[in-house]
Amino acid sequence: MFTSLNEAIARHVHDGQSVALEGFTHLIPFAAGQEIIRQGVKGLHLIRMTPDLIYDQMIGMGCARALTFSWGGNPGVGSLHRLRDAVENGWPGPIEIHEHSHAEMAVAYSAGAAALPCGLMQGAPLTDLAGHSTDRVRALDCPFSGETLTAVAAIKPDVTILHAQQADAAGNVQIRGIVGATVEAAMAAKTVLVTVEERVDALAAGMNAKLNAVVLPHWLISAIAVVPGGAYPSYAQGYYPRDNAFYLTWDEVARDRERFRAWMQAHVLDCADHAATLRRLEVAA
Amino acid sequence: MNDRAYSRDEIMTVTAARQLRNGAVCFVGIGLPSAACNLARQTHAPDLVLIYESGTVDTKPRVLPLSIGDGELAETATCVVPLPDIFSCYLQGGRVDVGFLSAAQIDRFGNLNSTVIGDYATPKVRLPGAGGAPEIARHAREVLIVMRQSARSFVDKLDFCTSCGYLDGGGARRARGLPGAGPRKVITDYGMLEPAPETEELRLTALYPGIEVEEAQAATGWPLKIAPNVAELPEPTQEDLAVLRALHARTQAAHAQPVRIALPA
Repeated sequence: MFTSLNEAIARHVHDGQSVALEGFTHLIPFAAGQEIIRQGVKGLHLIRMTPDLIYDQMIGMGCARALTFSWGGNPGVGSLHRLRDAVENGWPGPIEIHEHSHAEMAVAYSAGAAALPCGLMQGAPLTDLAGHSTDRVRALDCPFSGETLTAVAAIKPDVTILHAQQADAAGNVQIRGIVGATVEAAMAAKTVLVTVEERVDALAAGMNAKLNAVVLPHWLISAIAVVPGGAYPSYAQGYYPRDNAFYLTWDEVARDRERFRAWMQAHVLDCADHAATLRRLEVAA
Repeated sequence: MNDRAYSRDEIMTVTAARQLRNGAVCFVGIGLPSAACNLARQTHAPDLVLIYESGTVDTKPRVLPLSIGDGELAETATCVVPLPDIFSCYLQGGRVDVGFLSAAQIDRFGNLNSTVIGDYATPKVRLPGAGGAPEIARHAREVLIVMRQSARSFVDKLDFCTSCGYLDGGGARRARGLPGAGPRKVITDYGMLEPAPETEELRLTALYPGIEVEEAQAATGWPLKIAPNVAELPEPTQEDLAVLRALHARTQAAHAQPVRIALPA
């Protein structure tokens, strides 16, 4: 169960798979995404509600052939320039877009988690987005009331990767704070990989658990790697805050293809692992 | 307005904040809506319930979040729920009074575009996309919109309809059975637009002091209709400005804090 991140990715993530690195703003698995870049995995169908900087990096480095998403910006800052360059100019290669709203993706993950072919939403599809996603979003009549509903095809990733605060010796994983759709994305996947801030003997239980602590039981998980700082520049509640200054700076780095490539070379490709990346960024204390 | 003690963005944010009644349950979009909602909570509406799509419910941030999922929102929330619950049980379940949105483009019926400029398949500008907006616009009992006004953003025809307002107007939204009432007010940096009875077309109903009707019309990409009586909106109070500026100052300081992570030796 416990292994290095390098081994977990090498063993479980392969060219051409559909891969969801989830975590809604919080607990984004940056270390895992950057290890996928280091290992040169190609042709992935990337899935994430908010692609965020990690998919900007993976798309810009040529890991992706397709993207399923529901909000593709740099939160509070502006564009994801590498995502935009791929969509607008096909650089570094063309990317197929499977676009949803947040509510649709949440329903699609929940359906996948429950082994259903689709999930349901109230009312008929109405927006222009529905017109571009008829292979995934369609109207359906309720067999009981007759009212029109929206059916959203389930999302079932080959691999879901999460970052979490803690795992215990048995491999039970605890997430605290904003959980997003992480649990649903994990349960929808064939294979689940998790990086954690730390391994502990026992997780805090019951009333001692902080916030709304969620536990993913060990038998849902294929591999766990202990990677301190594994969500940076996203955050791990209780460990370190979101580096909002980094998100602001990224706008400049990612705007230019050459500057982006040079940054990735120096801070990811030339670094053996995530700890080396954090040292290079002068974030490691 | 140069001789006034506040900027156009400031009076816009203060005016947007004043539209929120104390005790309302508000689903907050990031950016201008988030600033307005938190200003309201720190001034006239201390019991305003703020929900962000990250699953943070009744959150009381001391600084404005940069993202909709900053740790500040979780730490100051009454509860943090899984994201699917926020959209299905809270929003679709009819438990949200006000949806507060912004967008890149709006048309005369309050339909919004946050997806693309140009053609969808070959866009001139790829915008971030829908996020929570389509369902907020659909399910919230009513919608408030805050946007800087220009002929490029207030357009005759949307490049893409991401979120529905009154569709083609004249009762079309109600006829399609959308549960929420739709956009009630659009607050801009010129004043306010509200739907006319019957047609549901947005028309100018109020202006900030010192702004002329013609200026607002010039900043609109369709022939903007004017309500019979255009009100003058009140200026921000000293307290409004002090609270808003302190909020922005705290936010800037917080976002510049360096992050350090202790690694095992």
